[in-house]
Formats: sequence, C-alpha cells, structure tokens
Amino acid sequence: MARPSTLAEAPPSAGAASKPAGVLDFFDRTFKYWAVLPTVIVLTLLTIQPALQLIQMSVSDVQFSGGQLQWTFVGLDNFKYLATDVVFPVALRNTLIFVVCVVVIETFLGLVLAFAVSRVGRFSPIYRAVFVTPILIPAVAIGTMWRLMYDYNFGIINQILALFGIAGPTWTGDPNLALISVMIVDIWHWTSFLFLILLAGVESLPHELSEAARVDGANEWQVYRHVLLPMMRPTIIVALMLRTILAFKVFDEIFLLTGGGPGTASQVISMHIYTVFFEQFRLGYGALLALLMALIISVFVIFYQWVNAMARKTM
Amino acid sequence: MIASRRQSILIHLFLLIVLLIVLGPLLYTLMTSLKLLRDMFSGSFFFTPTLANYEELFFGRRSNFLLLTRNSIITGLGSMLVILFVASLGAYSLSRFRWRRLYSGLIMGWLVFVHMLPPIIFVGPYYLNTRALGIYDTPLATIMAHTILNLPLAFWMLHSFFSEVPPELEEAAAIDGCGYFKRFTHIVLPLARPGIAATAVLVFIFSWKEFLFALSLTSTANANTIPIGIASFAQEYNIRYGEMAAAAFFATIPAIFMVAFAQRHIVKGLTLGALKG
Repeated sequence: MARPSTLAEAPPSAGAASKPAGVLDFFDRTFKYWAVLPTVIVLTLLTIQPALQLIQMSVSDVQFSGGQLQWTFVGLDNFKYLATDVVFPVALRNTLIFVVCVVVIETFLGLVLAFAVSRVGRFSPIYRAVFVTPILIPAVAIGTMWRLMYDYNFGIINQILALFGIAGPTWTGDPNLALISVMIVDIWHWTSFLFLILLAGVESLPHELSEAARVDGANEWQVYRHVLLPMMRPTIIVALMLRTILAFKVFDEIFLLTGGGPGTASQVISMHIYTVFFEQFRLGYGALLALLMALIISVFVIFYQWVNAMARKTM
Repeated sequence: MIASRRQSILIHLFLLIVLLIVLGPLLYTLMTSLKLLRDMFSGSFFFTPTLANYEELFFGRRSNFLLLTRNSIITGLGSMLVILFVASLGAYSLSRFRWRRLYSGLIMGWLVFVHMLPPIIFVGPYYLNTRALGIYDTPLATIMAHTILNLPLAFWMLHSFFSEVPPELEEAAAIDGCGYFKRFTHIVLPLARPGIAATAVLVFIFSWKEFLFALSLTSTANANTIPIGIASFAQEYNIRYGEMAAAAFFATIPAIFMVAFAQRHIVKGLTLGALKG
C-alpha cells in the first residue's frame, strides 16, 4: 500500500509571514490539532464515557423509581447472578456454534466466488454489483424476506420441497432447525462481504507465477491448489478473523426470525443481553454481561491486529 | 487468466445460479408485496399485481409508516452531517500532516476497535444517557448512536480519498500564501467531492438500516425508524404479510439505488474496513 503523502510542516511561507499574527493566524498554524479535536471529543463522549459508565453499572443495582434513577453500589453481587443464569451458557454456546459455522462457510463460498468472478473478465463488475447488494439491505428487511420464504403454509421453500414430495419442516419454529435457519440467512447476508475482500486479494495477485505453472504443464486445479491458494493465505486468514469478530454482532435477524426461540434454541449473547436490559430491567447484570462480551471481543481484536501485522509483512 | 470456452461457460453458469440465489429473496418479496392475501395462500405464480399493500402501508388508518420514513430520513441526514463534519476534519489532519505514529495509531486503532465491538455493549449506557439528557425517544438519540456507529467507516473512506489528492496542489497554494484551513476548504474538499458524496450516501444507508440502537433508544412514532416498523409487523398476532413484504421491499430501495449508481465507491468503502484493520 502506498504511504499517504504528508505535507511538510513548515509554516505557509512568504505570504503568511507578512500577515499580522492574530487569533486567526494562530488557529491556522495549529489547524492540525483543531481538525482532530472533534473526532477526539466524539470518541471520548460516545465511547470512553459509556465504557466508564458500563463499569459503574456492572457493580451497581440500577432501578427506576418515580422517573428517577436509583444507583446502589453492590460490588461484585452481579457476579452471583452469573452463576445462576442458565440462559447465558446456552447463549454463549449458540453464539460460538453460530460464529464458527457461518464464518467457515462464508469464507469458503466467498473464496470460490472470488476466484470465479476474477475469471469472467468484463462481466465481473455486473456480478460484483449484484453480490454486494445484501450488505446494504436492512437486516430487518432480510429477516422479513426469509420469514416469508420460511413460512410453513405458503413460503416458497416448503412449496419447492413439496414439488419433490417432501413435507417441509417449520424451520424457525423447530428447535433443531431454528439456529440453522438463522445461519442460512446470515450466510446469504454476509458471504458477499468476504467475497469483496477476497476478490480484492485475488485481483492483486501477480499473474507471473500461475502463468509459469501453466507453462510447466500444471492443470487448472493444480494451479489453484498449489499456486494461487497459498498466495491467498494471508488475505484469507485476515478476512476470516475480521468476519469472526463482526459475526459476534448478530442480533437483528435473530430478533426478527426466532426471537432467540423456540425456548433458547437460537438464543445468542447479544439477544440475551438485550433481554436482560429491556425485558428483565436488570441494568447492572446486563452491564456485567456486556463487559464480559467486550472483554472476549477485545482479545479477538488484539489477536487479529497481531495476525494482520504478520500477514502484511509476508505479503 | 484466460479460461477455455467450456470452462468459461461453466463459470458463468455457476455465477448465474448464485445470482439467482442472491436476487431470489428480493424478487420473492417484491412479488409477495404485490399480491393479495388470497393469492399468497393459493401459492400460484400467476396473479394480478396490486398496489393495495403499499397503499395500506403508507395511508392505512392504523399506519404510521410515513412518520417512520420521516424519522429515518432525519436520523440518516442528521448523523450524516455530523459524521461528515467530524470525519472530514479528522481524516484531513491525519492524512496530510505529520503525526507521531503513537498519536495517529491511537486514533486509527481506537476507531477500528469501536467498529469491531458489538453495538449491544453500548446500548445500556446510551439508554441511561439519553434518558438523563431528556433526548430518549427523539431523533437526537438515534443520531448520536449512529454517529459513533458509522464514524470509523467514514473516517477511513475520507482518509483514503484525501490521500489521493496530489499534495503538489496544496504546496503550490501554500507558496501563494494560502493557509492550512483555506487549503482544506478550497482545494482538498472540492477535489475529493465524489469521494465525499459516496461516503455520505454510504453513511446514510448504514443509518437507514440500523436496528438495535433505534429499537433501544426510541419507543414511539416520535422517533421510531423504518426497521422498527418492519419488526413490529412480525410481532403482531395476525401478521399482515402483504404490508410486511411491502415495508421490507421499500426499505431495500436505497440499497438498490446505491448499487446501481455508486457501486465502485461502495466496494472501496466496504473493503477499506478490512485493509485498515
């Protein structure tokens, strides 16, 4: 990647020197700092402050009484709920299953699509444009679309299955299928994200090596298996890890398709925290769970940054 | 890489199938939204299309969808303006001035981290803050949340667009006595206009589709956005499938426009997130 060009930090010469040194001049000379200030303020007010408040909430009992917030310090009491919370372990397990499955499948499909699209020449922008669409559609709308398709009575999926004489299941209503149904929707939604990143990787590969391999008599499969795939490995690892971190955000589709149910069959961490906050009104305990989640994600992010740095060195 | 004729036909066939899978749910929803309930249950592919569902969705007696559309637009435009102001200044400073790696790395890394954290983590504090400030259930609450949600993306995009403006132009202006602020407003901003426009539209769309914050920080048609309206259809006992499909398809329209008109820029914006990491 090309380094962004920076300007020399010398004061604007000749003309500026003749101007009277006033407030405006001072503002201009220190513009570098003023310009970053809004970003720092926004980040402080909207991330640092909430983070501190989250910590405070997690050691408190927060109640609404008469429109007023009542904070009571309870120390580590909220941890006691963690031991008795039977939903949290299920939500954690479901989230991990969900994340691993969708990320592996999406990466595989994304890679296949990226290789395929890289070979269709002038048609590739058309395919790319269509494949990008799901990322830009509201997840709630996507959930609605699939809800219509999954419908037991008139959904197109069961109608197609009926053509083959198969009695379709209730999909989102079946405890064994609920999580899988949600995964299918996620794969439809997010494969294009991996496709985009991996396509950028494929397009930046040098052609010489694969050409050389072909000249030496390697067939197409061998070229992909032994030349292109190894060269793509750093990109694949980085894309896979990035998607893993982002997959933990899953909420919208589950809220719409199953609400975490039936029972807890498709309950995930985000959904559980939401329920604790807004249906059980246990703000303190919810904050504790949110902090735990932040901690887990932080470990992933640090690991990701490290791998990303390593990958760039080898690329 | 030149594929043989047979191979290239196979590849196209494969991609066309994927194309069908991607477009299928959209077309199915569009079709459902144009059907009356009895046609839906008959399951026939032949029916007389009707706009009744859309009429009911926007102008029905119980409908507040027009209000929700207004709220979505206010929230989208509001957060877009705040983000453009904050991110363009910040990205300009980081892309054009020499910063110690520690400071620039801190800000960039912070943005990456914020982008990666699941939004549910911020929901609790934001809920209490908006209540305390008296902006709960107003568009200000969602504008605030969407600002932080989409700031990282806008920052990276603008950073990359500003870096593409040749520094020679600014150096020439500097020799003519043009100050830093003027160089920013009179040279860099106009030259990066297409990039800024793309960033603005993308930020608007990401606000348009956001669900969790809108759900937690609003409670009535005062500030509820379109995704909340769509979700509430699904929670009714007697689901009005036609209107639900119409709402879902309506919410998709900005995405379709975006893909049709600014595909190249979106691809850039979406992949940047991965590259900046």
